[in-house]
Amino acid sequence: MNAPTPPTLYIEGPAFWTPTLPGWDAARAAFRGEGALSDPPAKRPSPQVLAPAERRRAPDTVALALEVAAAAIAGADRPAADVPCVFTSAHGDLSINDYMCSTLAGDPKMLSPTKFHNSVHNAAVGYWTIGTGCMAASNAVSAYEHSFASGLLEAAVQCAANQEPVLLVGYDTPTVGALTSVTDSRGLLAVAMVIAPVRTGRSVAALQWSLAPHGAAGDDAAATYTSLRSEAAKSLVAINPMAQALGLFESLAHVEGGDEPPLHLQLSPTLSLRLQLRPPPKD
Amino acid sequence: MPSRISPLHISAYTATSAVGVGKEAHADALAHSRSGLRANDFGDAPLPTWIGRVDGLEDVRLPESAMSWDCRNNRLAWLGLQADGFLEAVAAARDKYGATRIALVLGTSTASIGETELAYTQLDADGNFPMDQRRPAVHTPHSLAMFVQQVLGIDGPSETISTACSSSAKVFASAERLIRLGLADAAVVGGADTLCGSVLFGFNALELVSTEPCRPFDAARKGISLGEAAGFALVERVQPGDTATPLLLGYGEASDAHHMSTPHPEGLGAERALDDALARAGLAPEAIDYINMHGTASQKNDEVEGALVARRFPAHTHASSTKGFMGHTLGAAGIVEAVVCLLAIERGLMPGTVNTRTLDEGFGPQLKLEPVTGEVRYALSNSFGFGGNNCALVFGKAVNA
Repeated sequence: MNAPTPPTLYIEGPAFWTPTLPGWDAARAAFRGEGALSDPPAKRPSPQVLAPAERRRAPDTVALALEVAAAAIAGADRPAADVPCVFTSAHGDLSINDYMCSTLAGDPKMLSPTKFHNSVHNAAVGYWTIGTGCMAASNAVSAYEHSFASGLLEAAVQCAANQEPVLLVGYDTPTVGALTSVTDSRGLLAVAMVIAPVRTGRSVAALQWSLAPHGAAGDDAAATYTSLRSEAAKSLVAINPMAQALGLFESLAHVEGGDEPPLHLQLSPTLSLRLQLRPPPKD
Repeated sequence: MPSRISPLHISAYTATSAVGVGKEAHADALAHSRSGLRANDFGDAPLPTWIGRVDGLEDVRLPESAMSWDCRNNRLAWLGLQADGFLEAVAAARDKYGATRIALVLGTSTASIGETELAYTQLDADGNFPMDQRRPAVHTPHSLAMFVQQVLGIDGPSETISTACSSSAKVFASAERLIRLGLADAAVVGGADTLCGSVLFGFNALELVSTEPCRPFDAARKGISLGEAAGFALVERVQPGDTATPLLLGYGEASDAHHMSTPHPEGLGAERALDDALARAGLAPEAIDYINMHGTASQKNDEVEGALVARRFPAHTHASSTKGFMGHTLGAAGIVEAVVCLLAIERGLMPGTVNTRTLDEGFGPQLKLEPVTGEVRYALSNSFGFGGNNCALVFGKAVNA
């Protein structure tokens, strides 16, 4: 492996949502050991990007993804209509999959047209572009347990290649029905950020990234999880595949204090994405 | 507008669909306007519609080491990978660059959902999957890419793009960026989608399927014919002094920002994707010799796309829809139609639009019903998906000096 080192990028508007840490302020404090988990846990978010009727009807995946997408765009203070977006999810909408497969096994002609068009993996990013009037490129990525790392790579590559900011959103939701016998996904977790090619006043971290062979010292998924620092992050390890993002968001919570230790996010059995956050340089 | 990109060489490519396995079967069907559609015989209680079904998938056996990946979609992918020396071309690239330097970007809309549907008909007394279906990696959208990465023995970045019917067009864009940044030296791109209950009954629920073979751009078009297909391409940098052909010259990706399942009425997202693709290729619309249109035969899609081609291209551009040959192969449509464009460039064959009898009056002179032979220097492929997701690709014969 002699992959070149791609250009440093900048993270703006980190966003985080899970019922016990509903928002980046809560998550950042908890990851720094300065805040507690929300008790009782928050109800599912209600994305303001959608019209009220659509907001009520939106599947959990869409509600969750649009909540963090809007928070990231607000934190980056950028016009949503102009920012290309990459949405990533390991499983897409498991409750719609369960509905579709159950209905097909029972009475296939009863399939709901709305459930069907919401079953596409790009439904969440579709609703985001419709809700914000975004006509830029939009993408929907999946890579099983490596979906966060793959989505981050896709977004970083697009940002670096085109020298334009890109919105990254990752989300997964719980398994329901018969799928629970095969797919282990237990709760709601969504993360987002804007990745920009140049530093701005909203940059919260500089991101160095490169491909690295998997299996080098300390870079397996288990090590990534055992290196989590906070009880809050450790409590989310088994929630769903988006937990792959926890190490990076812990790093974001600490980065203003100085250079962070490198992280290795697995992309496949043989390849990892090596990440390092540093404080954004001062003027 | 995006800037020009350096072209990439497409050193190998192949497609498998209802018209057959590999390039020869496709070129022959396109040259002779031979449709592969048949009356729907898929499933226990088939809907009254026509489909593009790939023969023999029930008998395809995966390699012994990959049997845990067995499902209709991975069988179709495996059948497709064995055509046109594609496995050998990837093996040669692996020897040349190293396995970690070859990326894999595949598009699929349904992945293995057909296998999940099957498992739901076999639940045990507790409502759980039967033991032989407890294969988590098969019941997930990334199943296709994980299977293909294993059988090709390549170890570079690997991702699934799932943006409905633009999925396996967008793979060229992602691959180009990975190669441009030096994160890979080559990429296997493509995709596969198979017939399954979700899509047949889903499009039926949306009242988009036709009861007869689809008739793209026909005044009396009545909806789509669903199909299944797999296609793959190997893309690499053009080497100095290389006169390699065909080439990927440009791509454009854009969103409609309009509706989940109907296109923007003025085709603004499609036009933005077109403009970006032409800008990256450094070409004007007049340079395009052949357009493979998305042309699903749905009322709205054809209306919007037909108007776009009529207003942006000169009368001499040859445009057609190949959905009447293999049906709408959903997430695999982008790569199959890219292969049609590559065949057009290599063989000077511009296909017609089968099944269509009388063009709707609203469309321009670009739309052709009969195949024509002639030099194709530049070809454009349009792909549009649910969620308002658009992708346009430009392929060419020579580097545009």
